[in-house]
Amino acid sequence: MSGRHFTGSTRTINRDSDIKEDIDHSDPVLQVRNLVKRYPSVLAVDGVNFSVRRASCFGLLGPNGAGKTTTVEIMEGIMPPTQGEVLYEGHPIGPRFRDEVGIQFQSTALQDHLTVLETLQLFRRLYKHGADLEQVIQMCSLEKLLKRDNRKLSGGQRQRLLLGVALVNDPKILFLDEPTTGLDPQARRNFWELVERIKENDKTVILTTHYMEEAYRLCDEIAIMDQGKIIAQGSPQALLKEHFDDVILELPKADLPSPLVEFAFPVLERGDYIEISTPDVNLALAMLVERNINLNRMQVRPRNLEDLFLELTGEDLRT
Amino acid sequence: MIRRIAAVLNARNVEFLRDRSTLGWNIFLPVLLVLGLSFIFSGQGRPMFKVAVLQPTGQIDVQQHPFLQTKYVEFFALTDQTDAVRNVARHKIDMLLQFQPEARYWVNPEAPKGYILERLLLQTDPGIARAEVSGEAVRYADWLLPGILGMNMMFSCLFGVGYVVVRYRKNGFLKRLNATPLRPIEFIIAQVLSRLILIMAVTVFVYIGTRYFINFRMQGSYVTLFIVALTGAICLISLGLVVAARFTSEELAGGILNMLTWPMMLVSGVWFSLEGSHPAVQMLAKIFPLTHILDAARAVMLDGATLIQVMPQLSVLGLMSVVFLFTGAAAFRWQSD
Repeated sequence: MSGRHFTGSTRTINRDSDIKEDIDHSDPVLQVRNLVKRYPSVLAVDGVNFSVRRASCFGLLGPNGAGKTTTVEIMEGIMPPTQGEVLYEGHPIGPRFRDEVGIQFQSTALQDHLTVLETLQLFRRLYKHGADLEQVIQMCSLEKLLKRDNRKLSGGQRQRLLLGVALVNDPKILFLDEPTTGLDPQARRNFWELVERIKENDKTVILTTHYMEEAYRLCDEIAIMDQGKIIAQGSPQALLKEHFDDVILELPKADLPSPLVEFAFPVLERGDYIEISTPDVNLALAMLVERNINLNRMQVRPRNLEDLFLELTGEDLRT
Repeated sequence: MIRRIAAVLNARNVEFLRDRSTLGWNIFLPVLLVLGLSFIFSGQGRPMFKVAVLQPTGQIDVQQHPFLQTKYVEFFALTDQTDAVRNVARHKIDMLLQFQPEARYWVNPEAPKGYILERLLLQTDPGIARAEVSGEAVRYADWLLPGILGMNMMFSCLFGVGYVVVRYRKNGFLKRLNATPLRPIEFIIAQVLSRLILIMAVTVFVYIGTRYFINFRMQGSYVTLFIVALTGAICLISLGLVVAARFTSEELAGGILNMLTWPMMLVSGVWFSLEGSHPAVQMLAKIFPLTHILDAARAVMLDGATLIQVMPQLSVLGLMSVVFLFTGAAAFRWQSD
């Protein structure tokens, strides 16, 4: 969203202190240690450390270019790091890892002219052990699409097939790299339900996304990346609690007789709205009434992960 | 390992067979070319008389004999008498001359151009010794068919493997496969086998189909011809894998594949015999696999050569295949760096 800027005071963030250890990491399935990925002109990942708890959903959030896909692809063993290491169940990634993880890339083409069923069979045969295809088909709601050519699938159907492909080996860890990008809201919600079903089977899910609602709904723990570094980490609820003790008052700009200058609380312009963040709603309302502002269309909402990202980086997550 | 190779092999075969336009192109284009070209070239002679001169040095001295100064006749040197005499028998050259140790000429009495050349020669040198060679003329269609089959094989192998693997890499399919236990060598073997099966099936089909329309010459063993085609296809597929090893741009890969295929089309003897062409061109032709494939195929089909007789060409193709496969496997990347 363009044209957004703070008109009130802002809070100074100490990035190093924002990585909050509120989650038990005594049984990590994956450990990322001092990961660095350097390209000739870009430092894509800059000394990243974190661990992923078994049977949890771990989310990596960040804007485009933050380094989250690079980090995940190093974790997947697809890309070598410049420095650092990734440990799977305490050991460096080896041949066993390929057999025990499932990956859904951000964008993947499938072999042309193959049906959905043939695609699943192709990938199933690449693994020694795996899931019963019937179960995968049922879990991903692919029953009615089995004879359809891959190329004739809608965006949501295609993502369900790619998820099915990632599940054919009954993986212990499932990587989902921006799985719902480009899907309509209904298809996105359907996909979330699928992931929730997978989580119920005690699988570890590692998700990258820039949809905050997705991360909030699916993730037990998130790490926010910016410019190759992790700038905050913890459960979504704990991070919000840690960083915010206020709520947001949203008002249409059109309802303001004049710009809200020298206001006691931070004011943020957001498109056709302004957002006032305040820990004391009564006081803020009294001050608005005092300025003869019409409050009929005002809304009060709690802080969300989008606010958190904005607070930490000063950037819109979707830019 | 075999299970994974079989899975990729099967998927690629299904993809090829269901891609009707590509399949049709691979089958019907060579048939149409053979029919069209044999029609166009039927009844027409070559525009020039071709006379070979046996010269161990490979150079012709036009002062050696007054006949060599005759206009509108193309004189060229040959060193191998057996080959040269066989070419007179096959009407591929119109006359063969020798001046050392004795002056002598070979002519095919069935060849009209040979008759005219003989009359001209005897006017300048009535005492020159004569030798007759007999044999059926090789029609252009007979000569062309191995070239067309070889050319189709070349395009199918190089573009079918090179272009397809680059497309897989570009659209991320190879990256997806890399996320599975599939190893590069397994993927490469599957691609080679898939293309080999398809090429051999299509080539046999086209051969049989063309035979139905044109009763072309086949003097040798079908088994030997099959072995020549198989060895040639392996070599060309391996060359395609070298191109496919790293690139992610279809345009770049297409350009490189064109850079490989066009010279082969022009100088490997698909359309016209290289006999009599500049030695540099003949030397250049030897670096291309297609030249050796066509030499061997024509030797089998037109002259009835045995497996032993085409072993030199098969050995070169085998050696090239090993070099290409090792290079391709060493350079292979699932995704761009």
